[in-house]
Amino acid sequence: MDQFDLAIIGAGPAGMAAAQEAAGHGLRVVLLDEQARPGGQIYRDVDRAGSLRGDILGSDYTDGRRLTAGLRHDGIRHVTGAVVWAIEEGFRISYTREGRAAQLAADRVLIATGALERPMPLPGWTLPGVMTAGAGQILLKQSGVLARRAVLVGSGPLLYLIAAQMVRAGTPPQAMVETQTTADLLRAMRHLGGALRGWPYMLKGLKLLAEIVRARVPRHTGAVGIKVEGDGRAEAVRFTSRGRSQRIACDTVFLHHGVVPNTQAARSLGVAHRWNADQTCFAPVLDRWGGTDVTGIFIAGDGGGIGGAKAAEIAGKIAALRIAELAERLTEVERDGHAVPLRAALDRELAARPFLDAAYPPCAEALSPEDKTVICRCEEVTAGKIREQARLGCLGPNQAKAYGRAGMGPCQGRYCGLTVTALLAEANGRTPDETGYYRIRPPLKPVTLGELAAMEETPLDKAEKEITT
Amino acid sequence: METEFAIIGGGVVGLSVAWGLLKRGRTVAVLDGDDGSFRASRGNFGLVWVQSKGMNQPRYAQWSQQSAAIWAEFAAELGENTGQTVPLQQNGGYDLHFSEETLQATVEKYERLKAQLGGDYPFEVLGHNALRKEEPHIGPKVVGAILHHQDGHANPLKLLLALAADVRRMGGRVLTGKTVTDVDRPDGFRISCADGTTIEAGKVILSAGLGAAQLGPKMGFKAPIRPQRGQVLITEKLPKLINRPSLIARQVDEGGIQIGATNEEVGLDDRVTQPGLSRLASEAIAAYPALAKAQLVRSWGALRVLSPDGLPIYQQSPDMPGAFLVTCHSGITLAAAHARLLPDWLEGTDAAPDLEVFGESRFAVS
Amino acid sequence: MNPASPFLELEQGPRVSVTFDGAQLELPEGANLAAALLAAGVDVLRHTPVSGAPRGPFCMMGACFDCLVEIGGVVRQACMVEVSAGMDIAKPRGDADGPV
Repeated sequence: MDQFDLAIIGAGPAGMAAAQEAAGHGLRVVLLDEQARPGGQIYRDVDRAGSLRGDILGSDYTDGRRLTAGLRHDGIRHVTGAVVWAIEEGFRISYTREGRAAQLAADRVLIATGALERPMPLPGWTLPGVMTAGAGQILLKQSGVLARRAVLVGSGPLLYLIAAQMVRAGTPPQAMVETQTTADLLRAMRHLGGALRGWPYMLKGLKLLAEIVRARVPRHTGAVGIKVEGDGRAEAVRFTSRGRSQRIACDTVFLHHGVVPNTQAARSLGVAHRWNADQTCFAPVLDRWGGTDVTGIFIAGDGGGIGGAKAAEIAGKIAALRIAELAERLTEVERDGHAVPLRAALDRELAARPFLDAAYPPCAEALSPEDKTVICRCEEVTAGKIREQARLGCLGPNQAKAYGRAGMGPCQGRYCGLTVTALLAEANGRTPDETGYYRIRPPLKPVTLGELAAMEETPLDKAEKEITT
Repeated sequence: METEFAIIGGGVVGLSVAWGLLKRGRTVAVLDGDDGSFRASRGNFGLVWVQSKGMNQPRYAQWSQQSAAIWAEFAAELGENTGQTVPLQQNGGYDLHFSEETLQATVEKYERLKAQLGGDYPFEVLGHNALRKEEPHIGPKVVGAILHHQDGHANPLKLLLALAADVRRMGGRVLTGKTVTDVDRPDGFRISCADGTTIEAGKVILSAGLGAAQLGPKMGFKAPIRPQRGQVLITEKLPKLINRPSLIARQVDEGGIQIGATNEEVGLDDRVTQPGLSRLASEAIAAYPALAKAQLVRSWGALRVLSPDGLPIYQQSPDMPGAFLVTCHSGITLAAAHARLLPDWLEGTDAAPDLEVFGESRFAVS
Repeated sequence: MNPASPFLELEQGPRVSVTFDGAQLELPEGANLAAALLAAGVDVLRHTPVSGAPRGPFCMMGACFDCLVEIGGVVRQACMVEVSAGMDIAKPRGDADGPV
């Protein structure tokens, strides 16, 4: 089994920056990523797509080439197409690549698995034709595929970015159905100081909005009662905005109301997580270097709390400095010296975040869906079932999982976990922290039994089974 | 709060007993743990199983048979009462063998037990070809199987859910999120919880799984209980591939193939391990080669609740009359017996089953 | 390009033949399979084993497992697979009879 000083899971901005920083200090680094080419979701396939459609995607995207270029370093082994399904003590990492299971060992692990779209369970969200806004962006970035007749639903800056990109590509969305209200914006004003410090972000946002307005994309704000209608596939979005009930026909619906940390890998290792009320999600408890309560496990980027691509890049470097120091490639003084400008930059990057979190809060009706709405896409469990399970004594999602299968499917709760916690917390009058989250176990992603069996070293002795069945 | 019976432990064992007592009109309070407690009720394999049990204690084989025989009726009643169907199939089950030697040795043991049971032990031996007729996907490495006609399998989570619903429907009070810290008997029983809750009860049943190891001695029991880890795998949902369950694999009613289980003495560690997963996968593929292409979607480790000889413990406390220890490894198989037969023993009626051999006197003082 | 598809492709590259549930499709070689199927007008990739409901790609990043298809007898995420010539793609097993 190959041994490394540092294994990094995820080749997005945090993972790429950390790999470069750590290798620069002499560490032997392995960077494992599921995709065939580096970039993560934010810079997905940037080396290829950047030159093809950089004009549509903008310089914030093509900027990712700076990071992918940094991976060309002798100290970095970038394993592409590697689906990590177990991280165990030691650390022993099991992954699948090209249909085969493989393993490697590392002294320390940096989890840089980024964010997931916040689940947005609205009526009709499981219909074909309904996708996350992130999916819409990935289609455009990686494949140059655009929805001809799309409605964008939800809230948050990403919604404006994808709308502007669609405008630039010549296929503007039919409409934007936005859930945030003027009251949200007013509430966000108390964070205006931060917003002003983070003025480049605000300016970018205003430019995107101007592009959308110029293209005459209809915007409906404060939308409620949202549902996707269709017989076997998405055909229209129905909602009420400013007291008026509307129905907009479309072929594609892109949903988005923020992104949340992808905590699967960290949770599988037992890393402590805490509820972040400002971002309405769980985030791992980290020290100022991205260290967790599990010795040797670090987290950087959106997986540690939502901060965006630039913040992720800086956090990746900061974590790498600490890891290099622990590996005795840097002294504490050197580490701290390198970290000073990074921390200042990180503060600037995060300055606008409180304003954005408050101005674009998650869609309330998706946080507490109506009883009939499916909340677990894999096992097709409804919100009403979870509430019923609370009445049968479910204090937390693991008992609910046992009672009704929510979270048992192949996505392992990625798109229902936060909803189940929220529903149970609400029903039981407890906090999300008291309610807890799914116990995440390997395999983090499905793996064939054949692959697993091929890793078996000793033949089986079946006789010992018979004692205790 | 006052109640005739307080049951410490809200898993399948505790709820089954609660259900039986409620049906007799008793007042019952169940104290259950929290979402993260070790819960064999959520991690077990789901067999309703007779073969291989009680090889050295025919009464245990018989007790398992008694429970299996009344399981269907019990499940049907739960289903009717709650609208929560408890899927159950009792069409026999296999002990698959990869060598003639182990098959023959097991058959000899079964024959001895059968004689001790007066012939009531309906099993047959299937050679590879006969087995293949029953299980078309069986692999060439399987030399044969013992088909025991009293075996079957259930959906243990649906059982847990139906019990939770029916116990409440019948007026049982279930207190969740409770950690019992002490049980004393100033007059009646007083049960104290970590959060300050106290319960007064006429009788107390300790069915807290591994938790009995700590609480048991405070109540006058030996409670020599230890955890043993079993890792279990489950695949994506597949079309029908396996007809009857075995100790190696079964196809659950939702379609997934469940594969189990390891036997590991690792204390209170319920994690899964890659070597454990690989071992189970390899055995399952040896039994059913088509599984090689199946995706493993979930795995878990659960802790068996084991006594030194693997048999249940049913014991009234010598120090605290009215306190009972009810604990076993096979809470699913024995659920029907616990619900329908055990209450007579707890209440000391003439219909009480003879559970003498399951008492703690069998454990020598060390 | 498929004019009936709700999706538009910006570029045209070399195409290869694949089959989806027996029907022949010409998809861009090396493209993301889920994206290529959407662009070819295929929006239902499977029916759920629980209720038989139709599903298509949702997250495009390997997280939601809604775009499952069967390739060479193994169920895989279409959004994590690249198109190659001769690929034989089917809706996953357990699909034909609905719930199993």
